[in-house]
Amino acid sequence: MTTLIYLMPTALFLEGLGLAAFLWALKNGQYDDLDGASWRVFDEGQGFSDDDSGAAERLEKASNAN
Amino acid sequence: MSCCAVGPEMAPNVDRSGCALPSAEELWLASRSLGGGLRQTDLSVPGVHCGACITMIESALRARAEVERARVNLSSRRVSIVWKEEAGGRRSDPAEFMQAITGCGYQAHLFSSGEEEGDGLLKQLIRAVAVSGFAATNIMLLSVSVWSGADAATRDLFHWISALIAAPTLVYAGRFFYQSAWNAIRHGRTNMDVPIALAVTLSYGMSLYETIRHGEHAWFDASVTLLFFLLIGRTLDHMMRGRARSAISGLARLSPRGATVVHADGAREYRAVDEIKPGERLMIAAGERIPVDGRVLSGSSDLDRSVVNGESVPIAVAAGDLVQAGTLNLTGPLTLETTAAARDSFLAEIMGLMEAAEGGRARYRRIADRAARYYSPAVHLLALLTFIGWMLVEGDVRHAMLIAVAVLIITCPCALGLAVPVVQIVAAGRLFQGGVMVKDGSAMERLAEIDTVLFDKTGTLTLGEPRLVNADEIAPGPLAIAAALAAHSRHPLAAALSGAAGAVVPVAGDIREIPGAGIEARTGKGVLRLGSRDFAGAKASTESARSEVVLSLDGRELACFRFEDRLRPDAGEAIARLHRSGLSTGILSGDHEPVVAALAGRLEIARWRGGLSPRGKVEASAAAAGGHRVLMVGDGINDAPALRAAHVSMAPATAADVGRQAADFVFMHQPLTAVPFAIETSRRAGRLIRQNFALAIGYNLIAVPVAILGYATPLVAAIAMSTSSVIVVANALRVKGAVGEAKVLYPLLDPPGATL
Repeated sequence: MTTLIYLMPTALFLEGLGLAAFLWALKNGQYDDLDGASWRVFDEGQGFSDDDSGAAERLEKASNAN
Repeated sequence: MSCCAVGPEMAPNVDRSGCALPSAEELWLASRSLGGGLRQTDLSVPGVHCGACITMIESALRARAEVERARVNLSSRRVSIVWKEEAGGRRSDPAEFMQAITGCGYQAHLFSSGEEEGDGLLKQLIRAVAVSGFAATNIMLLSVSVWSGADAATRDLFHWISALIAAPTLVYAGRFFYQSAWNAIRHGRTNMDVPIALAVTLSYGMSLYETIRHGEHAWFDASVTLLFFLLIGRTLDHMMRGRARSAISGLARLSPRGATVVHADGAREYRAVDEIKPGERLMIAAGERIPVDGRVLSGSSDLDRSVVNGESVPIAVAAGDLVQAGTLNLTGPLTLETTAAARDSFLAEIMGLMEAAEGGRARYRRIADRAARYYSPAVHLLALLTFIGWMLVEGDVRHAMLIAVAVLIITCPCALGLAVPVVQIVAAGRLFQGGVMVKDGSAMERLAEIDTVLFDKTGTLTLGEPRLVNADEIAPGPLAIAAALAAHSRHPLAAALSGAAGAVVPVAGDIREIPGAGIEARTGKGVLRLGSRDFAGAKASTESARSEVVLSLDGRELACFRFEDRLRPDAGEAIARLHRSGLSTGILSGDHEPVVAALAGRLEIARWRGGLSPRGKVEASAAAAGGHRVLMVGDGINDAPALRAAHVSMAPATAADVGRQAADFVFMHQPLTAVPFAIETSRRAGRLIRQNFALAIGYNLIAVPVAILGYATPLVAAIAMSTSSVIVVANALRVKGAVGEAKVLYPLLDPPGATL
């Protein structure tokens, strides 16, 4: 019973952190472009350069496959 | 849209579709200042569909010195560019961003930022879902502990904590339901939200009372979980609308934002359309749309009026002629004197007609609301009867009240609240994959009920692009010469002509286009003329239903080319499919009767009317309705009132802005099979919604007696509620079915050079 005294607030606080994190992410526009985010994973920082046409082709293929 | 196809020598500021890109002034007008010398421009790029598109556009833009940030949003198919007003000592030109994007092979255009409302509400709804989800999980954890046998003091503590979590949640996440329920009650109506608000409030009050009295049962978990489920349904419903809205508002606007005004002293100024007053002089370049009604002062040209009144053949205008807002100036520059301000133009007249046309949208009541009309009184009566019954049996107010609350909670339209939106969002997703946008859920419900389909002709059944029909009668020599001459014009007939000839031999000589007449080439062999029969100097022949172009050498006719409007791909198949599913069809067109008759014969459509004015279209569709429910498919400004008046309406993506706004559905691909596809999907969704209702009613038949007899403890209620919701959602997912339609939504442009 005594353990509950600090377990309950702890649990609520941690859940509250999760909620706050979600609301923060929403406000920051992280859910604005879910389709784009799934592609940006492949972006290696310099974009797909022109000579790496293979990457673009692979992406093209992947996009037609799904 | 009857944008002209591109000739070989493209003007620099013309994109692939031959539509003029917005000028730099227009882009400045549309950008917004961020302070610190930075401005932001949002452009719609409907062609992006994968990661390669993103990086291509972003790197092309970031390579420019004046661009601070560029980011493509693939979900809304937009790019937002933040740029410096001055870079490298010169004023930035936003038109160059447009060219950079079109240089990558994508179309870009401005969209009205006024179509961005509703996003705020979606964010609020998602926040409410998050908060109620957080509260529901916490309270459920505490409740599970109670059900597993927490003893007196611990149980009370848990109940109190639950009460503390639930109270703010009800206020924050429940406000949508309270507001809507209050609105309904104030107007003497009832909707689904009334029993929801009542059940949630009563159960919270009762639970609080029980907690204070150290009671055994509390319903905090039920009331919050209920809110959570219902908010999910509501959010999905809203998301569906938002997605379609952003996709539709991303399409090109056909009405210009402004025009170049010429002052008396010859100074020119670019001004927004709303600020143009009657009596001012405007310069309209070839390829621009006419912003307001006016009279031609000087210059001559051909006007494409198909979007305005459905005429498939361009007409020649010269000084003194009246021109209407929305028509496309094809071949020559014009100077106009405006006769009306934007709000009094032909467009405004259409708007008036639209307001007068009380459409299916206004009269229609959503399935869920109709169900609520019977459902909520029944539920309230049942709870009241339960209360009275237990009072008679036991006489204990508290116990009777507890059971009545249990009845309210267990009958609460959790499954019903999910039954409709989940089916509709899955169906809308399926339509989206097939290239059809749905404005809202009620449109699908209405589409499932129709029995008659009426089509506009130009731009709907046809593409509004002429095609050479007698190519096999013409010797290859004249055809090659004509095609070479036609390459110099943006007139749609000329574009069709140069498209019909395989190889184009350049004609040596002095070639010039005479707007409103045709093309003349002075060569070594004589004067070649390509254009109308009068212009080419050949003698008049019998009037035919087709438009024709004559090629002459020194007044002698070498060849006569006949054209007709090209049918939309799969038009025949689409009409046949509609007939097979038992729908009757008809054509309502503003074009000349012989043209309409020929097309109706080809497509085996029995009923047709030609030469209709916008008002005539509304009346004709009302007459055709006569007890039937009509789907109107149209694209022009002149169709907008009929689209509004019909039970449900559909427009191609190439439709005029007014038409797109009046329509419930917008289809993005060229084939007309989008129409039967949308009808079939909507009917399927309608069947699943009815199945879901049946499931929900069946669940109630089992659960209600249990609750009335007093066996519905909070645990039983929680299990029953969740199970019914899961069953309903699982059933809704069956809409997916076999998607036999086009999987890839983008690129939207089926043949190269077609326009959005």
